[in-house]
Order: sequence, then structure tokens, then C-alpha cells
Amino acid sequence: MKIVVCVKQVPDTAEVKLDREKNTLIRDGVPSIINPYDRHAIEAALSIKEQAGGGTVTAISMGPPQAEAALREAIELGVDEGVLLTDRAFAGSDTLATSRALAAMISIISPDVIFCGKQAIDGDTAQVGPEVAEFLGIPHVAYVRKIVTVSDGAIRVERLMDDGYDVVDTSLPVLFTAVKELNTPRLPSLRGKMAAKKAVIKKITAADLSIPEGELGLSGSPTQVNRVFTPEARGGRKALSGSLEEQVSALAGELRAMSCA
Amino acid sequence: MFIKVNPEKCVGCEACLSACPYDAITMEGGVAVIGELCQACRACLTVCPEGAIVESGKAEATVDAGASGIMVFAEQRHGCLAGVAIELLGAARKIAGQIASRRGATCSVSAVLLGGGRDAADELICFGADRVYHATGPELDAFHDEACAEMLARAIDAAKPEIVLAGATAIGRSFLPRVAARLRTGLTADCTSLEMDENGVNLLQVRPAWGGNIMASILTPSRRPQMATVRPKVMKPIERVEGRQGEIINLPSDGLVVRAKVVEFIKEVTMNVNIAESDVIVAGGRGVGQKGFEMLFELAGLLGGAVGASRAAVDEGWISYGHQVGQTGKTVCPKLYIACGISGAVQHLVGMQSSDVIVAINKNPDAPIFNVATYGIVGDVAEVVPMLIRKLKESA
Repeated sequence: MKIVVCVKQVPDTAEVKLDREKNTLIRDGVPSIINPYDRHAIEAALSIKEQAGGGTVTAISMGPPQAEAALREAIELGVDEGVLLTDRAFAGSDTLATSRALAAMISIISPDVIFCGKQAIDGDTAQVGPEVAEFLGIPHVAYVRKIVTVSDGAIRVERLMDDGYDVVDTSLPVLFTAVKELNTPRLPSLRGKMAAKKAVIKKITAADLSIPEGELGLSGSPTQVNRVFTPEARGGRKALSGSLEEQVSALAGELRAMSCA
Repeated sequence: MFIKVNPEKCVGCEACLSACPYDAITMEGGVAVIGELCQACRACLTVCPEGAIVESGKAEATVDAGASGIMVFAEQRHGCLAGVAIELLGAARKIAGQIASRRGATCSVSAVLLGGGRDAADELICFGADRVYHATGPELDAFHDEACAEMLARAIDAAKPEIVLAGATAIGRSFLPRVAARLRTGLTADCTSLEMDENGVNLLQVRPAWGGNIMASILTPSRRPQMATVRPKVMKPIERVEGRQGEIINLPSDGLVVRAKVVEFIKEVTMNVNIAESDVIVAGGRGVGQKGFEMLFELAGLLGGAVGASRAAVDEGWISYGHQVGQTGKTVCPKLYIACGISGAVQHLVGMQSSDVIVAINKNPDAPIFNVATYGIVGDVAEVVPMLIRKLKESA
């Protein structure tokens, strides 16, 4: 079984704070990590390979040269090889241009199964997985919470919905996006760490993918960031005064007045 | 379009470094250099005191002039219209009004209903659709990405709308990207505000970015349709008008290919906490502790409400994901939101700040939750909540 897992290196947004005075993000000391949902995708890829009793898992990523670290980390976990799409021509890619480039790379590998995390914690769009599947002309199942059975040419999974879950049978090749409930990601093994040290991460440029120039990077991105701003503070604050007990009494009175209680 | 630094003018003051939300600027030899993480958001342009940062090669809009009207994907599940479908029709009518007044063009609102019955189509007209494209077929009874993507693409091809909106639900977030990729157009996820620019040409799509730490206004200047998903409970529906006139057009659903097929649906009762529908939410965060959630359930019970939680509390395993409010959980808009021991990280705030009344209880007087609170009490949750429960019981 040939498996590809898409990995994104992201800033740990949980660590990002806002400087309210300067209206800027405080990023000092914010570490770069593998997108947490991608860890579940990696785990799923590895466990399917183990169940199938063989095959390869290739991790691919698009990003600046330092994103290589995320791929090495994937190899520590047991992924066989890493491919990094890195080129100034990819700069400024939105989800469409990113998916276009990833799909071009994946079609060269021609895998049976592709795993992505359900979304990246920096963008939170959840669009790249399904867009890659569309570019490849293959089905996808988003929000996979369980892999039920894997057989020749077919996989049964459970897909998380807003009101429960769907059991879905899919043919191969297929792309899945993983949610947290899918599995518990493993820790790196000693063997994996050795392999990661020695591994050569394959670097792919725009020229290697033979994509028309207008479909890459900023010029291939239909969406543009117009401006960024900090969320506005809300007005309408009402004061509660006195001792804690008095404040709580006053609040209870307000809640009663709202006829909630 | 690219952002460039003029090295002759750059004095190396590094003002742009902290202004860049994408960490795309580095210093090389005392001069700012814009790297490939740049999203051309122009945040650096305004802070550069030397005017050394410039944009170049600004793309000329080549908008398809034939595209007009707004299309809403009207999600239904097991025959029931999703609330977000009605909300989006309200948003679409508002945007259509802006197009009419700012551009002087007439703008109609259409809805696409895949599966479901005629009554649902009629309901969409009552809530603001001028035209409903309705398709039925065995592939559309359960949710199949490929079938929905194909049908929405057919509807877009038939109506040529300039804007397509859908709910940022499990369904909308799963198949809308396929449609955007097929049409090679832009899609903006999880918008919290949508309005036309001053010329009535481009849709300003505002969404939280960076885990909700900042808001980004996104444009799709050169492709049509402009596509966006919006979370449930963000937009306001318009009032239902019985007997409103509209047209229902049958969309042929022949030749649909489904390779990922739903064989069974299992409804999960535990997931149906449905905090999104509740008028009162008592939410707990890291400051509450596992045992503290018991008193939150008691308080919620007294107020006839539901219990919500911050991501921190869910990650600790104190309460299940179905209760999570915020960027990675649910967006809620209750009449009353009581935040207990929640510091108020922006990713939580984006999920609840449109609540009518917000009460914040937190030990830390500097907690950002107080910035959005209507009533704030600085104090220990373990002390304040039992006291509040007692006072409410006394008065009952």
C-alpha cells in the first residue's frame, strides 16, 4: 500500500498572544510545530501500513526551507520518506494554489491513500484536503474519526458529522482528513530518530511540478488578504460594586430581571 | 501582487517585523527582506516610517461581468432545513441590498436545495429566496461530497452567481472546497462578517486568522463566484413572509458519481448537547477544575441553560468536545453567557462575543474576558458560583 500524508509546519497558535497596545502579535518564543491534526494523519498512515503488512508512507509538505524540520519529525515517528515543496514561486499561496501544488506532487507519487489533518491551526480553513482530492479527481472523506476496515481496493471509515456519524465505504485511491478522535499519535522511536538524522529530504521546486506560472503562489491565489486587524473590544459594560457578596447579589438581581431565573 | 522592500530607503528600524502577522519579514544585512510566508496583507506598508515598503504588480480585476446574484447552499439533513440556510438567506438579502444601492444593479437571491422536499423549497422562498434550484435523487438523500459538489457546480453554471454562500458545517466545510477547486475560484472559510466594498463590487469576507488572534478581511478580486462559508448563528435571518413569491427550478440529477458512499448514519445523543440552540450558557474554563463543572451544571439548571466549555477544559478531559465554544468548537449567540474561570483567549471570544449579555467570573482582573463582559466579577469561581447559586435559590 502506497500512502501519502500531508504535513504542515505551523506556529503554535496557542502560544501566540496579542499586544493590545501595539495591536500586533507577540510571537517571540512561539515554537514551530507539526500541525496537531497532522499528527493524527501520520498515525493513521503508519497504522494502515502496518495493518497492510507493508508499503511506504511518504510525508509531503509545502513551506519555507525550515519546514524540513517537520518532515524529519515525521520520519522520527516512522514515516519512510519526506518531500518538501519549497520555492519562492510558491510564496503567498492560498488554499487553492497550495492544493494545486500538493496535488501535482501527489499525482507523481500516485498513492492509494492520502491522509491530511482536518485543518491547520494557523489557518483553520479545512480546505486543502478536499481541494487536493478535487484536483486529483478522487473521492475524499473529511473528519474521519475511525478506520473500520481496510480491504483490497476499499476502505470503510466513520465520518464525524454535526449530529452523529456516517459510516462510509470508499474505493481507492481516496483522501481522508483526520480528526483528533481517530487515534492517539505515537511517540518517536529510537530507530526513527536515527533514521531521521540520516534521511535526505527531497526538495521539489515549481519547475519540477510543471504547473503553469499563473496557477502558483500569489498569482495562482484567487483570495487576497485585504487587511488584518485586531478584534474590536465590546462596549456596554455595566459596573457591579461593593463587596464580593454585594456584587453577587446584584448580579443575581440582574439575572432575575432577565427572567432567566 | 507582491510586496517589496526598497533597500535604498530601508533604515533597518525593524518596525515591519512586529507588524507582520505572518512572520514573513527577516533582517538581512540591516535591511528588511520579505520572505515566502508573505500573504501580501499590507500590514507592513502602513507601519514603515520611511515608505520603503511598496506593493508592485497589483492584479487588475478581470471579473466576469456576466456573473450576478447571490446563491445560498441551503443545507438540509434528513429532510430538515439547517438553521444556517435561513440565516444565510438573511445575509444574502442584506448583501443584495448593498449591491443594489452601491452599484445600482439589481441583485437576486437564489438557493440550492439538494434532497429534501418541496415544502423545504417553499420555506426557502418565504425566508428570502427569489429562486430555488431543487434537485432530488438517491445520491442526495445522504450527504455525498462528490454528488453535492457536482450539483452545486451545475447550479452555479446555470445561474452564474457572483457570490456563493454556504454554512461552515461538517457538510459545507467538506464539499465547498471541491466546488471552489473545480471552478478555480477562492473560498473563505468561517466568515464572521460579510459585506460589499464601497463600490458594491467585491465581497469583504472577514474571518478570524491565527487561531483567532487577529481578524483578516479577505477579497476574491479577480474570480467569480466569490465563495464563503459562514458558521451557524453568526448571521441573522430575515422575517418569514408567508406567501412570498418565488420560482422553483428542478435541477436534473442524472449521472452522479459516488465513490465514497454512506452506508449508515448513527445519531449520537451525547453530541446533541446543542449549546448552539440554548438561550443561556454557563461555560467553564481552566479555572473551574474537573469537580467545578458539577456546580456549573447546577447553575445552568437553575437558569434553564446548557453548559459550555473553553478548549482548555475540553483538552483536560473535564467535559466532552460537544460542549466546546470557540474557534475550534461551536459559535454560540445566547441571551446570557456566563464565563466561569475562562481567561478569554481570542479563539474563545470569537465563539461567544456576540452573546447579548456576558457575565465574566475570573480571579485575574486583567483576564481579557473582562473586555467583552457586560458584568464582571473578580473572584474565585469556587467561591462566587456557589454564592450565586445560593442567591438565585433564595429569590426563587
